[in-house]
Amino acid sequence: MEISADRDGNTFYLNMGPQHPSTHGVLRVILKMNGEYIQEAECVLGYIHRMHEKIGESMFFSQFYAYMSRMDYLSAMAYNHGYTGLIEKMAGIEPPLRAEYIRVITVELNRISSHLVWLGAYLLDLGAFTPIMYAFDDREMILDLLESITGSRLTYSYFRFGGVCKDIDEDFIRGTRAFIKKMRSRLKMYDTLVTKNVIFIGRVKDIGIISQDMARRYGATGPVLRGSGIEYDIRKNEPYSVYPEFDFDIPTGSTGDARDRYLVRVAEIEQSLRIIEQALDRLPDGPYRTEIPPFIELEPGDCYFPVESARGEFGIYLVSNGEKRPYRMKLRTPSFSNLSLFNELTKGYMIADAVSILGSLDLVIPEIDR
Amino acid sequence: MIVLPRLALSILMVLGFIALNGMMLVYMERKVAGHMQRRLGPMEVGPHGILQTLVDGIKLIGKQYIPPYKIDRPLYLLAPVICFVPVVLAFITLPFSEKLQVRDLNVGLLVIFALGSMTVLSLFMAGWSSNNKYSLIGAFRSVSQSLAYEIPMLLSVLSIVLMTNTLSLREIVEAQSPIPHIVFQPVAFLIFFICCVAETNRAPFDLPEAESELTAGFHTEYSGMGFALFFLAEYTNIVVVCATTTVLFLGGWKGIPLPFMQYTGVVWFLIKLYLLVFVMMWFRWTYPRVRIDQLLNLSWKVLTPLALINLVVTAVVLKII
Repeated sequence: MEISADRDGNTFYLNMGPQHPSTHGVLRVILKMNGEYIQEAECVLGYIHRMHEKIGESMFFSQFYAYMSRMDYLSAMAYNHGYTGLIEKMAGIEPPLRAEYIRVITVELNRISSHLVWLGAYLLDLGAFTPIMYAFDDREMILDLLESITGSRLTYSYFRFGGVCKDIDEDFIRGTRAFIKKMRSRLKMYDTLVTKNVIFIGRVKDIGIISQDMARRYGATGPVLRGSGIEYDIRKNEPYSVYPEFDFDIPTGSTGDARDRYLVRVAEIEQSLRIIEQALDRLPDGPYRTEIPPFIELEPGDCYFPVESARGEFGIYLVSNGEKRPYRMKLRTPSFSNLSLFNELTKGYMIADAVSILGSLDLVIPEIDR
Repeated sequence: MIVLPRLALSILMVLGFIALNGMMLVYMERKVAGHMQRRLGPMEVGPHGILQTLVDGIKLIGKQYIPPYKIDRPLYLLAPVICFVPVVLAFITLPFSEKLQVRDLNVGLLVIFALGSMTVLSLFMAGWSSNNKYSLIGAFRSVSQSLAYEIPMLLSVLSIVLMTNTLSLREIVEAQSPIPHIVFQPVAFLIFFICCVAETNRAPFDLPEAESELTAGFHTEYSGMGFALFFLAEYTNIVVVCATTTVLFLGGWKGIPLPFMQYTGVVWFLIKLYLLVFVMMWFRWTYPRVRIDQLLNLSWKVLTPLALINLVVTAVVLKII
């Protein structure tokens, strides 16, 4: 029997990943264990690094669109939105109002589908096999809706500088309204089946508590930050697009444990439904796209444009020297910062809790490694 | 000289039942899971996928034997066998009806629990010999879990033994002639059934194999027939514990005589048995997994005291009566 252990014989190292069912991707965590208890958790990244920033610097602006959706494949729309918003802001392009509404609707639909995947996968990590099937069933409706207007089901490249690629039709609006109705009844079901389940509460309550100070120190954003009780949402704090026109709340937690992060995400589904409902009610007529020159050339200068993706703050910092390609592109992705909490969070917890904490951070690995 | 043919026939029948029943239970589990999850389950092989498990079995037999690097080979090879054999032996004394029983031992209950507690040995052997840390953690878990749950299990059974004054399974069934024991001993039934779920390593107590934490726990490194034996043993073990529960609490083969049937005992026994099996499957596809400390707390802090109190109360009440 070969075990790589420390000299004192009390600890051993456990390699969790890169192929492990609950890392949900090629994340590797080296766990220093004392029996079932974790002493250190070192995350090893880079297994799926694709140099997106460098690729961005070598391409025309419109060519880089497709790469946006390959980072966070679960909330690709928000990444589209971030990139589009940045270039429009730097180039001074004003998209028509209808396009902005369509963007908000699709981004929020995408946010719900992302949270549904997380809901199913998180419960799968905790050992409940069934909820993922129901979550994916609901998500299927969103994917069908978005497929009907974007042509793709997961890695959307739907937005264009100055608008969106294709206008939404009556079928889409009707389908979305039907989805909102169905989702509301489903949320009640999830509540009775999952949220109030004693075993589930035992697995998430007081597990992986993130204090407000700790969340700020690591630069956590999104539901991870809001679970700790900090009301910070880019859609409210640094409004972009037409978000100021909608009435929605920012759900926050109180203790910052895994249960709060769970509740925040479930509440966010309801808030997204509210936004979509309002946007559908007030959807203005008019063009969905403005004409822009085929090659965008930016003035020399730099700009940072953050958006709220399903996982937190996604921002692009772009430096232009006046050419057709960017001089430098820096992508700020939320999961990278959220993952950095992992080592401090898991100290002293059991391996089963580490799985619970990892799930509650809602990581998408290609976005960490980009 | 009637002993030998009877023995041979018994072995054949038990093995045939185990093999067929194992295949049927796997099929049932997949169908139950499928319908609980808004899907159909296996549909391809045969009508409604009824031959799926047969084909799976053939696939497992055909698999190459791949031992991992630096294993403890004798233990590694012996573990699935040790897992399987005691489970089969337990069928010696299980009464399926008043006639359908291999041997009515006067210590039948003891034999069942003695054989049942051997499973943990094989799980530990498998985890230890595989040279895999996940397997090792799974093995540790299975030992602590098994130790913790055998105590309340036996304590809850003791109250039944106090009531019936016998360890023979047949006599226990005969003792609950008008009213089954579950009416007098609901607490003992609950404790016993929870312990059964834990003993068979079924969700929500499937910690030794917890796939989202330990990939597959003790049988991570097993493939082909080694894996198949563990799998078959798990399902047979479910039948054994559910049959024991039926015998102890649900009145075994007793039931209202069914029309147009000569041997209603077996039918009633199997109905009760598969009802319990279904409940276990229902648990598995509904609940998340508990954590190891919660699992042990439940046993030591809740079930064991409760079983003790139940035992004392039973003893006092019996003395008064």
